Amino acid sequence: MNGFPILSLMLLVPLLGAVACLLSGAKAARMIALVATLIDFALGLVLWANYDIGGAQWQFVERHEIFAGFSWALGIDGIALMLILLSVFLMPVCIGASWDAIEKRVGEYMAAFLLMETLMIGVFAAQDLYLFYIMFEAGLIPMYLIIGIWGGADRIYASYKFFLYTLLGSVLMLIAMLWMVNEAGTTDIPTLMAYDFPPQAQTWLWLAFFASFAVKMPMWPVHTWLPDAHVQAPTAGSVILAGVLLKMGGYGFIRFSLPMFPEASAQFAWLIFALSMIAVVVTSLIALVQHDMKKLIAYSSVAHMAIVTVGLFAFNVQGLEGSMIVMLSHGLVSGALFLSVGVIYDRLHTREIDRYGGLSINMPKYALFFLLFTMASIGLPGTSGFVGEFLSLAGIYQVSSWVTLVCTTGIILGAGYMLYLYRRVAFGDQKNADAAAMPDLTAREWAMMAPLAAAVLWMGVYPESFLAPMRQDIAALDARLARAKPEGDARVKIGTPKKPVLEHASAHGGAH
Amino acid sequence: MDWSTSLRLVAPETLLSVSGLVLLLVAAWAGDKASRAINIAAVAVLVVACFLVAPALCSGAMGAGTEAFLGQFRADAFASFAKLLIYGGSAAALMVAPAFFDRVGAMRAEYPILILFAALGGGMMASAADLLTLYIGLELNSLASYVLAAFLRKDERSAEAGLKYFVLGALASGILLFGMSLTYGFTGTTSFAGIRGALDGMAAGGLSTGAVFGITFVLAGLAFKISAVPFHMWTPDVYEGAPTPVTTFFATAPKVAALTLTMRIALDAFGEHAQAWQQIVIFAALASIVVGALGAIGQANIKRLMAYSSINNVGFILIGLACATPEGASAMLVYLAIYVAMTLGGFVAILMLKDWDDEPVEAIADMAGLSRTRPLLAAALAMVMFSLAGIPPLFGFWGKFVVFQAAVQAGLVPLAAIGIAASVIGAFYYIKVVKIMYFDEPASKIVGKSDMAHGVLLALSALLISPLGYLLTKWLGGLADSAALALFHVA
Repeated sequence: MNGFPILSLMLLVPLLGAVACLLSGAKAARMIALVATLIDFALGLVLWANYDIGGAQWQFVERHEIFAGFSWALGIDGIALMLILLSVFLMPVCIGASWDAIEKRVGEYMAAFLLMETLMIGVFAAQDLYLFYIMFEAGLIPMYLIIGIWGGADRIYASYKFFLYTLLGSVLMLIAMLWMVNEAGTTDIPTLMAYDFPPQAQTWLWLAFFASFAVKMPMWPVHTWLPDAHVQAPTAGSVILAGVLLKMGGYGFIRFSLPMFPEASAQFAWLIFALSMIAVVVTSLIALVQHDMKKLIAYSSVAHMAIVTVGLFAFNVQGLEGSMIVMLSHGLVSGALFLSVGVIYDRLHTREIDRYGGLSINMPKYALFFLLFTMASIGLPGTSGFVGEFLSLAGIYQVSSWVTLVCTTGIILGAGYMLYLYRRVAFGDQKNADAAAMPDLTAREWAMMAPLAAAVLWMGVYPESFLAPMRQDIAALDARLARAKPEGDARVKIGTPKKPVLEHASAHGGAH
Repeated sequence: MDWSTSLRLVAPETLLSVSGLVLLLVAAWAGDKASRAINIAAVAVLVVACFLVAPALCSGAMGAGTEAFLGQFRADAFASFAKLLIYGGSAAALMVAPAFFDRVGAMRAEYPILILFAALGGGMMASAADLLTLYIGLELNSLASYVLAAFLRKDERSAEAGLKYFVLGALASGILLFGMSLTYGFTGTTSFAGIRGALDGMAAGGLSTGAVFGITFVLAGLAFKISAVPFHMWTPDVYEGAPTPVTTFFATAPKVAALTLTMRIALDAFGEHAQAWQQIVIFAALASIVVGALGAIGQANIKRLMAYSSINNVGFILIGLACATPEGASAMLVYLAIYVAMTLGGFVAILMLKDWDDEPVEAIADMAGLSRTRPLLAAALAMVMFSLAGIPPLFGFWGKFVVFQAAVQAGLVPLAAIGIAASVIGAFYYIKVVKIMYFDEPASKIVGKSDMAHGVLLALSALLISPLGYLLTKWLGGLADSAALALFHVA
C-alpha cells in the first residue's frame, strides 16, 4: 500500500458521487450514493487491514504543497483510523435509512450526505492545521442544508441555531490557530503536537479551542443546539450528527487540546469535570421526562459525551482508552437508536412516545433490536457501552473519586430513562390501533440494523480489535501528558496478588 | 527621468483616455445605434489595458524606475495589481450592461464611455504618488460615477441615487481637500515622498496637531469613498437606486481604487506614523463589520443587502490596513481580488433574477424556493452567500483568513478576535438568503430567461470562489506579496 494515496481516494469517491448525484434523478441518485458509500467502506476496511499496528505513528501519509500557507497533508494514527472506520461504516446505513423516507429532492439530499462523508473523513485524516479547520468548518454547509430542507416542522429555527452556534464556537479557534502557527512556524499537526507553547499562552489557546470543541461535543451548557438539531433533522441526519459529528469534538480534545496544551489542560481539568458532572446528572434527568423519543436520545447523547470528556481529562491510559471506546460505541449505539426511532417514525409519522405501546407484540424483530441497543446504551456487559464506560470511570477514579461517584449516577439514570422508554414503546398494552397494525422490519431495515448490532456485540465482547490500533497512540499521548498530570485523590495501589478476584467483582458491580 | 520613460509608464492611461475620447466622437456621430459596438470596443480597450499593466506586476516593478512625471505618478507592481482588478471589474460591468439596458431601451453610447473614464480615474488613484494626482484621479472617477448612478433618467430611484451620491460625494471631496490642504500646510509639499520625509523631519515626539488633523480629514474623505462606517450612509440608497450593472461597477472598480488609494496614503505618505492613524482605522474596521452585519439583517431588497455586505467586507479589509505591515497590505490585496470575484458573481446572479415580463426581481422574499425553479442559479448565489460569510471551503474564507493571519502576526490578536466573532453576526443574514432560496416553498416568480454573457460571467466567478480557487492561493499570494513589497519600497 506504500505510496498509494488511499486517503485522498477515500475523499474523492464520495465527492465524485456527490457531483454525480446532483446531476441525476432520484432512483439513480440513491444507487450512486449507496455504491459510493459502500466503496468507501471497502476502502476503509482495506485501510484497517493495512494499518500496521505498532508501526509508525503516522501512516498512509500524503503531503503536497499545493496551497499558499498550508498543504494538502493527510495521514492517520490509530485514533483517526477508528473514527474514519466509524464514519464509513455508518454512511451506507444512513443512505439505507433515507432510501424511502426521503422523497423530495433526492439528488441534492444524497449529494449533501456524500459531501458530508468527504468532510468527515477529511477532518480525521487532516495533518495540516488549516486543512483540518477547513474540513471541520465546511461541514456546517451540508448539515445546515440537510436540517433545513429535509427536517421536521421546526427545521428553520434548528438549522439557524446549529449553524450559528457552531460557527461562533469555531471562529475563535481559528484565531488561536493563526497565533500558534505564527509562534511555532509550522502548520504540521504532528510537529505542533510535540511543540511546547508557553504555559501563559496555553491558557488562552486552550480556551479558544475549548469554545469550539465544547460546542461541537456538546458540553453543558452549550448543548442546547443539539436537541433541536437532532429532533428536526431527518433520521439519517440524526444518525450522522450523533454518530460522527459529535465525535469531532472529542477528537479535537484528544488531538489538539491535550497534546498541544498539556499544562492548560491540567489547569482547566476542574472546569471539564464540573461541566461534565452537571451534564451527566442534569441531562439525564431531562431525558427522563421527555415525551419525544428523539429528544430523549439526544439528551442521552449529551450525558454520554460527558463521560467522554471526564475520561479524556483523567490524564491516564484507562481514561483515554475508555473515552475512545465510548465515542465509538456511542457512535454505533446512538446511531442505531435514532435508526430505531426512524423505523417506527416512517410508519406512524410521530415521535410521541405515548402514541406507541406494545410493539413487541406486532413487531418482535424490531423489539429485539431495539432492546439490544437500549441495553448497549445503558452499558450492559457484553455490549460496547459497558467497555467504554467502565474504562473511563476506572480512569477517572484514579483522579477523583467524587467525580466518579457523580458520573456513575449517570449510568443508573441512563438505565432509568432508557428502560422507561423501552417499556412505554415496546411493552404494555397496544393502546393505539394504528401502532398495533404496524408491520415488522422490512429486509432493508433488517440489513441496516444487523450490522450495527453485530458491531455493538463485537466491541462489547472483544474490544481488543478496536483498542489495539489505538494503544500505541494513547500511550504516546499519556507520556506527553505525564509532566502535567494532576494529583489524584484516590491513588490506586496495586495490592499484593491476594484478592484480585474480589477487587474485580466490586468494580464490576459499581459500573451498573 | 525623461519624458519618453514617463510616457511609456502612463501607456495604459493614455490608451484609455485616447480611446475614450475617440469613442465619444463615434457616439456623437453614430448615436445610440452604435452603442453595442462601442460597448464591445470599450471591453476590448480594457482588456488591452490589462495586458499593458500586467508586466509591471509580474516583474514586481518598484522604486525609481516606476515614477513618471517627476514622481507624480507611480506605475509599480502595487498599482498594476489594483488596475487589473479595476479594469477587470469595469469590463465585467460593461459585459452585463446591454442585456439589462436593452430591455428598457436605455442602452446608450455614453455608458461604456463613462465606464472607461471612471476606470481611468480609478487607475490614476491607484497610481497616485502626489496629492494632486490623487485628487484628479478621484474626481474623474467620482464624476463619471455620479452620472452613471443616475443613468436611468426615467427612473426616479436612479435619479435619486445619482443626486444623493453627488451631494454626499461632493461633501466628502471637500473634507478630503481640507485634509489635503492641512497636510500641505504642515509639510510644505504635495508629493507622498515629500510628506513622508517632512513628517520624519518633525520632532521625534510625534506629529504636530495640524498634521494629525490633516491625516484625519484625508482618511475621513476616503472612508466615504470606500463606504466605511461612519461614512457609509449613502451606500444602501445608491446601490439600490442605481441600475444593477452600475451597482456591479460601484461594488468593484471604484471600491478597489479607493481602497488601494487609502493604502497608498496611509502606508506610504503617513507610513512612518502608523500610530497616528491606526486607531481610526481600527475603529472604522470594527464599526463597519458590526454596522454592516446588523444593518443587513432587516433588509428586504437584495441590492441593499449587498450594499451592507460591502460595508461589512470593507471592515474586514481595513483590518489588514490596521496592521500597517507588508503582510497586512498583501492580505488586503488578496481579499480585494477575492471580493471582486464574489461581488461580481453576486450581482450577475441578481441580474439574472427576472420575472415573467423580464422585469428585474430585487425583493428577497420573491427568491423563495429558487433552488427548485432555477437550481443552478440558486446554487451559484448560495455559493456567493456562503463565500461572503467566509465559510470554508469556499474561497471567501481565504480572504478573511489571510487578513486575520496578518492581524495576528502584527500582534493585533484582540482586534482579530473581535472582528472574527462579529463575522458570525454577518453569517446570519447570508444564511438567511440561502434559507429563503432553499428551505421555503417556491414563489415561482423568477422564470425569466438569462443572457448568455451573464451565464458565462456567473459560471466563471462561481468557479473562482469554489474550493478550486484554493489552487490559486500560491499564485495570488505571490502577486500580492510583490505588490505589497512595491508599496513599502522607499526610494
